[in-house]
Amino acid sequence: MIEGAKWKKWLWFYLPMGMFILALLFPFYWMLVTTVRPDSELYRPWNHPLYSPFWTSHPTLEHVKNLLYETLFGVWMWNTMFIALAATLISLFCGVIAGYALARLKFRYAGLLGTAIFITYLVPQTLLFIPLADIIRDYRIGDTPWALILTYPTFLIPFCTWLMMGYFKTIPKELEECARIDGATRWQAMLYIVFPIAVPGILSAGIFAFTLSWNEFIYALVFLSSPEQKTVPVGVVSELIRGDVFFWGPLMAGALIGSVPVAIVYSFFVEYYVTGMTGSVKG
Amino acid sequence: MLEREGALAFWLLVPTLALLTLFIAYPFVRGVWLSLTNAVVGEPGHFIGLRNFTKIFDDSIFRTAALNTFVYTGVTTVFKLALGLWLALLLNRHFRGKAWVRAFILLPFIIPTVLSTLAWKWMFDPTFSVFNWLFWKLSIINSRINWLGDPELAMASIMTVNVWRGVPFYAISLLAGLQTINPDLHEAAAIDGANRWQRFWHVTWPLLLPVTMVVVLFSIIQTFADFQLVYVLTGGGPANATHLFATYAYQIGIGTGLLSEGAAISLAMFPALLLVVVFQLWYIRRVENR
Amino acid sequence: MAKVLLKDLNKKYDEIHAVKNVNLEIRDREFVVLVGPSGCGKTTTLRMVAGLEEISSGEISIDGRVVNDLAPMDRDIAMVFQNYALYPHMSVYDNMAFGLRMRKFDKPEIERRVRRSAEILGIHALLERKPRQLSGGQRQRVALGRAIVRNPRVFLFDEPLSNLDAALRVQMRVELKRLHNRLETTAIYVTHDQVEAMTLGDRVVVMKDGVVQQEGEPLELYGRPVNRFVASFIGSPAMNFVEVAIIPADGGLWADAAGLRIKIPSKKQEAVQRYAGRRVVLGVRPEALRVASGADPAEYAFDTAVEVVEPLGNEILLDVRAGAHAMVARVDPATRVRVHEKVRLAFDPERLHFFDPGSEAAI
Repeated sequence: MIEGAKWKKWLWFYLPMGMFILALLFPFYWMLVTTVRPDSELYRPWNHPLYSPFWTSHPTLEHVKNLLYETLFGVWMWNTMFIALAATLISLFCGVIAGYALARLKFRYAGLLGTAIFITYLVPQTLLFIPLADIIRDYRIGDTPWALILTYPTFLIPFCTWLMMGYFKTIPKELEECARIDGATRWQAMLYIVFPIAVPGILSAGIFAFTLSWNEFIYALVFLSSPEQKTVPVGVVSELIRGDVFFWGPLMAGALIGSVPVAIVYSFFVEYYVTGMTGSVKG
Repeated sequence: MLEREGALAFWLLVPTLALLTLFIAYPFVRGVWLSLTNAVVGEPGHFIGLRNFTKIFDDSIFRTAALNTFVYTGVTTVFKLALGLWLALLLNRHFRGKAWVRAFILLPFIIPTVLSTLAWKWMFDPTFSVFNWLFWKLSIINSRINWLGDPELAMASIMTVNVWRGVPFYAISLLAGLQTINPDLHEAAAIDGANRWQRFWHVTWPLLLPVTMVVVLFSIIQTFADFQLVYVLTGGGPANATHLFATYAYQIGIGTGLLSEGAAISLAMFPALLLVVVFQLWYIRRVENR
Repeated sequence: MAKVLLKDLNKKYDEIHAVKNVNLEIRDREFVVLVGPSGCGKTTTLRMVAGLEEISSGEISIDGRVVNDLAPMDRDIAMVFQNYALYPHMSVYDNMAFGLRMRKFDKPEIERRVRRSAEILGIHALLERKPRQLSGGQRQRVALGRAIVRNPRVFLFDEPLSNLDAALRVQMRVELKRLHNRLETTAIYVTHDQVEAMTLGDRVVVMKDGVVQQEGEPLELYGRPVNRFVASFIGSPAMNFVEVAIIPADGGLWADAAGLRIKIPSKKQEAVQRYAGRRVVLGVRPEALRVASGADPAEYAFDTAVEVVEPLGNEILLDVRAGAHAMVARVDPATRVRVHEKVRLAFDPERLHFFDPGSEAAI
């Protein structure tokens, strides 16, 4: 609109955009190709005359089969799913009610507590993992999913809280007041009026929390030791490498399939995810 | 009325406060205590004051890790901001398939970091690297590039992966910020005589600053405390050249079992993080009160 | 100070033909108003003149120079937006100085111009403030100031008064007119409000669905609308329309509808002649109706039942029903009428309009 000729559009828009898309998505393509590439092709050096990086003429599912049958990958998937869902639910519960309290209720320490929750960002997981490992062991939940289900909320709740706070603030007070005049208690108004309207916000927070749980690594690495307890990220990185030997086929298959649940959830709820992410930045 | 609100608020906040106290506040305090003892795995140890800290400050690897972390954070943030902003500006137009592109663009950020980092590690593998193949085909190189094995190159490779992962987050967040800017302003500026660059500098950038600040500060904290990328790509090597605070703390604390020293290394991150968070709080207050 | 020429101007968005073959000549120093309902293409036309929309086909020239391919900044125009589009992070002074700074004027000159424009608009006390500290009316003036500071060849206004409250709108209308008289710059003004069009325009252009319906001086559009749309759009309350049959009787032509039978004035007889025996649409403005007195001839009067009485102080609006037809009449404020009463109305024979029922063109 405020521009000029057609060719300029190609230079200033299509070209850079194309390069971005290529750069951002190429590794996933690589994952995919490697997963279906047979070992004989896989282990060709880069200056081998037959090196054909971008496709394979003999696609195979041997790596996938190897992954699913010879390793505990299925167990890891189950573990991770369970932990992510449990942690997400706990965080949503805490975040929704905390968000409501901070957004709607007037009490003396509201500002202070809000800041306190914000300040938890001062202590990222990589700062706490060593003393936490001790504590986890003391409470006897080491090497169980509970070690993660109880600790993940520490970085999920603050985020859920802000998001819900922002959301609740956009719901007009008049709606609650109207409900209370109609006879509802504060609790009922919260439950039957405010929360249903906030469902999109809850969905956004939930989906963002879910993907963050799948992404967590260091707590899972440090608190879990038995192979059957591991989550997908930890399992793929630790169990598919024997000594110095990397089994790239199964590794990439693991990486690819391990990415699928998150990608699926994301694809159904893209708008919610984006709202969640940008809401936390703007709020 | 008010006391009831206070009571309700209390109950609504209890679960959150309990969890955060139990698994953040308490470990933090314990971590501080731990760093002041000589505990190792299996032995609680006794109080030794700041000896751990003096020990790690004398450690050349620690100093390298500290420098690495600052450089890593600084450089990647600059690139993520520049590229993220460029991408956001591109995405701010109308074009066919925009929704699809926007959705796909976020994938590097969505997919679990270790998994996508593994793919990069494979792409960087000195014997099988697709990048080596590409440069060889373009006649830029004749012998292999050891992306992760060459001490000088390794850090740059790691930073590339970090930027790759972070650009979508910056882009989408900045895009949301761009969309809050009234489009009439660009038209008014165009009529006023501003060319594309001037429109960006005088209109877009100042109005985007609040969102930019929040995104950058948020990202700085995450990058500073980063662990996964280095752990997967190099484990801190070659020869401890690519350690960050987090990976070195892991190597010392968990790997070698020197818990208290590991705790000290982790805690060394705290001052810088404190500064950033305080700054962020101050900035947000300022924006809110304007 | 410039002539603007729109020649065979067209704009297409994919399948939507938003502006269709618009031809318009705007003379130097003229204040032309483009008016019409939403979606009629007026704003699109304005934006094409500004260079904010690409022209699908046709030509726009300013002062004889074709500007189709010129960027907005090179056309020497200034625009006032509906939402003012003030730079929120800059002071009023910087807002007004921005365009001059972009064009590399030197500081003393910028200062001089900004202060002078601020004086003209009465905002010199606000120069250090930020837009969010200003009221709607003040923001409007700053937007105006930003435009006049540049001394452009043409002013473009995109519904600048729509966001103001009613009282402010009336006040700003007058000020705009005064400003135009003082600056004498060519101006193109877009609005959906026909009152603004009539009061501000030297010439008014009525548009609908991308097509120019009629252009001319305000009173011309009021008194001699070329089609039903223009007749209904200009004037408030709107013109009354009744479908009537043309019946020759008693040596003349009569307009006949249920509950209404009036004689066609001799002036109009010749034009209406060919519709004898057919139906046409009769149009009469509320102000052309009055309560019938003894002096009004019977053939120009008809009976009605009053449904609603709207007393406005300076006049009374009567919503009446004649047979099956609802009409509005504007009568003297002293009239004593009550709801459900019967009242006999007469019309001014000089002010009757007839329209073809199919093409809606004036007869």
